[in-house]
Amino acid sequence: MSNLDRLRVAFRTALALPEDYDVDKLEYRGIEKWDSLAHLSLVGEIEDTFDVMIDTDEVIDLSSFGKAVEILGKHDVEFSG
Amino acid sequence: MSSPAEGRVALVTGSSRGIGRAVARKLATEGYQLVLHGMREGSAKTTADEITADFGIEPLVVHGDVSDAADVKAILRLVFERHRRLDALVVNAGVHEAGFLGMMGDAAIERLFAVNAVGATYTVNGAVKLLRRGTAPSVVLLSSVMGTAGSAGQVVYGATKAAVAGFARAAAKELGPAGIRVNAVAPGFIATEMLESLDEAGRAERVAATALRRLGEPSDVADVIAFLLSDASRFVTGQVIEVDGGLVV
Repeated sequence: MSNLDRLRVAFRTALALPEDYDVDKLEYRGIEKWDSLAHLSLVGEIEDTFDVMIDTDEVIDLSSFGKAVEILGKHDVEFSG
Repeated sequence: MSSPAEGRVALVTGSSRGIGRAVARKLATEGYQLVLHGMREGSAKTTADEITADFGIEPLVVHGDVSDAADVKAILRLVFERHRRLDALVVNAGVHEAGFLGMMGDAAIERLFAVNAVGATYTVNGAVKLLRRGTAPSVVLLSSVMGTAGSAGQVVYGATKAAVAGFARAAAKELGPAGIRVNAVAPGFIATEMLESLDEAGRAERVAATALRRLGEPSDVADVIAFLLSDASRFVTGQVIEVDGGLVV
């Protein structure tokens, strides 16, 4: 499974979304399930999935699926190819 | 038979001496995997070396100024790299300075709040994600009877410790649904370096103000902290427990 797919799974798991839910355009508070409480669970799921520690500033900055890709890139998680 | 705490990961800030050192030793007896923090490089190493010699445990030693957000992040990153989680957190790092209102310098006021209140906040704020990965995670912060009861000459110090007590109560409510317990202890007069400057009369005065007629030992506080970190206190959260021998201030 590609890292992009692993991230999609992490989002769906943390936010309790259906398996086929398109998360690629998802934004913080864009859906009811991604509220401030769910945000920390999402961060935890992403950390567990990729075995990284996301800094507090990055937790605040993680405002969309795209941002998550960008932040993980800083932790040497590769999404290309 | 192994201890119920065997293998639990604990970070103790300010563990180079006094109550922090006593907590580290107590947790070592219970089989915790320890991360010991001191402000300066090597300052917690003495405690760690003692623990290694006495209990055969090799704690991870970290250092930094808890009032510096970057230092706290670096410390917690080391915890992540070694353990990936925290099961127990003792927020003990603190400074003390007495002084009457109108006679406290700006730098002292700022330092007291920066270390005791802001530093405690940085520590827990940064550690929450590690605690969420822990098993039955428990946080204990060090308040003081000066923060719960107040005393002349201890206004600023007491205010910083009142902030810690308020932080513990609120954090317990916020983190309870995630299974993280948060409590504080409020020590009275404990025989640590903070009281070393007292003369005989000052010491006698404090003993007389204590119902049990003695100064507390660091181990008196460490035992309560160990209880609050343990499964024995599993339904206790949001409490500020005075460990003061029945102090009347």
